[in-house]
Amino acid sequence: MTNLKRRTFIQAAGAAAALGTLGFPSLVLGAARRVVVVGGGVGGCTVAKYLRKLDPKIAVTLIESKPAYTSCFMSNEVLSGERTLQSLTFGYDGLRGYGIDVLQDTVVGIDPETRQVQTAGGRAFGYDACVVSPGVGFKWDAIEGYDEQIANQSIPHAWYAGPQTQLLRNQIKAMPEGGHVIIVAPPNPFKCPPGPYERASQIAMYCKHHKPKAKITILDAKDAFSKQGLYIEGWTKLYGYGTDNSMIQWVSAAAGGAVEALDPSTRTLSGLVEDFQGDVVNIIPPQKAGAIAFGADLVDGDWCPVDKRTFESSRHKGIYVLGDASSAATMPKSAYAANSQAKVAAAAIVAGFQGKTPDDPTFVNTCYSVVGEDFGISVAAVYRLNAETNTIESIPGSGGVSPANASPEIRKREVSYAHSWFKNVINDMME
Amino acid sequence: MENMKSHKTIHRSLRNLLVAMLAVLPAAVSAGPSGQAMSFTCAGCHGTDGSSVGPSMPAIAGMDPEVFVDAMKAYREDERNASIMNRIAKAYSDEQLKEMGWFFASQRLRLFPQPYDPVLAEQGARLHDEYCEKCHEKGGRPGDAGTLAGQWMPYLHYSMEDFLDGKRKWPRKMKRKVDAAIEEAGDKAIPALVNYYGSQQ
Ligand SMILES: Cc1cc2nc3c(=O)[nH]c(=O)nc-3n(C[C@H](O)[C@H](O)[C@H](O)COP(=O)(O)OP(=O)(O)OC[C@H]3O[C@@H](n4cnc5c(N)ncnc54)[C@H](O)[C@@H]3O)c2cc1C
Repeated sequence: MTNLKRRTFIQAAGAAAALGTLGFPSLVLGAARRVVVVGGGVGGCTVAKYLRKLDPKIAVTLIESKPAYTSCFMSNEVLSGERTLQSLTFGYDGLRGYGIDVLQDTVVGIDPETRQVQTAGGRAFGYDACVVSPGVGFKWDAIEGYDEQIANQSIPHAWYAGPQTQLLRNQIKAMPEGGHVIIVAPPNPFKCPPGPYERASQIAMYCKHHKPKAKITILDAKDAFSKQGLYIEGWTKLYGYGTDNSMIQWVSAAAGGAVEALDPSTRTLSGLVEDFQGDVVNIIPPQKAGAIAFGADLVDGDWCPVDKRTFESSRHKGIYVLGDASSAATMPKSAYAANSQAKVAAAAIVAGFQGKTPDDPTFVNTCYSVVGEDFGISVAAVYRLNAETNTIESIPGSGGVSPANASPEIRKREVSYAHSWFKNVINDMME
Repeated sequence: MENMKSHKTIHRSLRNLLVAMLAVLPAAVSAGPSGQAMSFTCAGCHGTDGSSVGPSMPAIAGMDPEVFVDAMKAYREDERNASIMNRIAKAYSDEQLKEMGWFFASQRLRLFPQPYDPVLAEQGARLHDEYCEKCHEKGGRPGDAGTLAGQWMPYLHYSMEDFLDGKRKWPRKMKRKVDAAIEEAGDKAIPALVNYYGSQQ
């Protein structure tokens, strides 16, 4: 090497090192690319697993607050006694088996300039790409008199599966024979659009056998809900919906279902028209992206805007936002959607590292609900990108809900498939 | 006859080789999602790369590509009794179905143990040899007559129910063979066969 050449080389290396401190070390020096994933839920686990599957040379670190994942999906079956919380709880060893570094800590900041993630535990992690899938947070100021402490102690939301799910289950078991359960359903958009109605169904399934005089009222902030026709068909068939003796009542917003305030001591809810008093009250508050999305400046309003081809944040390059926290209409906020988005993001990140343009994305959502014994229903959609409008659209002529008045055999099969979906989506996330 | 059979086998292994080669080739330069990306979306129900962990969603890994495409087309045209697949299949073109077929054909099928009745399974093994082995070769391993060996049992039950209830078109000769098995073993015939396939690992 001539002196001149050597000097240029040293200068280049110095520039590379300087860039390194700016967060591009691996891009310059060709070392392993690093991806830091924030949140070990559906989106986070799936993206971590698929990144390693697509390119085992990528170093993936997943940071999750909790020691294990407890799935919200199927947690309504804890309320009917069909399953335990334990059966919904999964450790992260499966992901470690893919060579993913799974750490228990809480991310408190992401710096898109230096490309660093900071944790509550005081650690910092540099990244080439960061994926954020923190789920939803709650708008605690929406219903006067309701707050996080009350939710933990007496009036659970149970919209994250965990101790509150068990509390709600215990309250339903302990309520009087002819007890009254109230579910307050949130306005759109929120996590799992059919969830509150599946919840009412699962509670009714329990009460039908154990407390046949019980009543369940859904107070809704909306005038329509997901799979409504099918729920009503199931409720009519199984729980006397539409008769004076119906176990389930649904009060739409127009009929006075929107709730403004709670008196926790008497479990009384004030609506616009009248008050409602329950033996057991479950309030599912209005929702927004999880806290870190706000902390890292990823939101526009309540949710995180993204480029629908890649799920890269529209606000900060190099950060991808998946699942419930992202603004991905017309996809619903569901586990299947988060799982599907994660694979699109993983492929886009890998393509980006290789200097390639990502392929056109493709997405699926499938969501089962168990309305009662041998009565399962589903909604399915296959989506594509509309690049002009940066929107995700359902492919015309495909998708939709289970047919009305399907045969009992098909309804029964959908229960079995609902449970099999659960096992397979967990498998695809983290096993 | 012997000749024809070996001819068929050669043809099939050649075809499988071709399929495997095609599956690893980069997707043709065309707009639209890759076969791999489309296939990845199935995993939420059918397990990673199509090896379902059960207990009822069928495994589709290692599936014969033509069987895959035929099944999806039948769902798409509402010619096969469906709970959900008819709604999903309508999103895909023939070409896309082929790409997904190639993807799944090149995946290794991982089987998982499931509970079965050993007495029924033994009876099923005998019925299988007598009536089914000719088309569902090697005990129903993946091939051009679908995957039966190690398939999830509830799914096999649903499939047989659909055939017997006239909700699914019988493949050539199958009705005659199933009728003969039922003639021999009565109500036990279908559960025996299903338990036999479920017992395979
Ligand atoms: C009752 C109910 C029933 C449901 N049923 C279904 C169903 O049948 N089908 C379906 O498809 N979907 C269903 N869902 C929806 C599904 O649970 C969510 O859509 C899905 O979990 C979204 O995945 P995600 O990755 O966005 O968030 P999550 O799965 O919620 O994961 C977020 C993770 O991030 C962690 N986290 C958050 N912030 C940080 C931080 N700063 N640092 C570290 N970790 C952090 C959290 O601890 C959590 O583990 C249901 C939901 C509910 C409530």
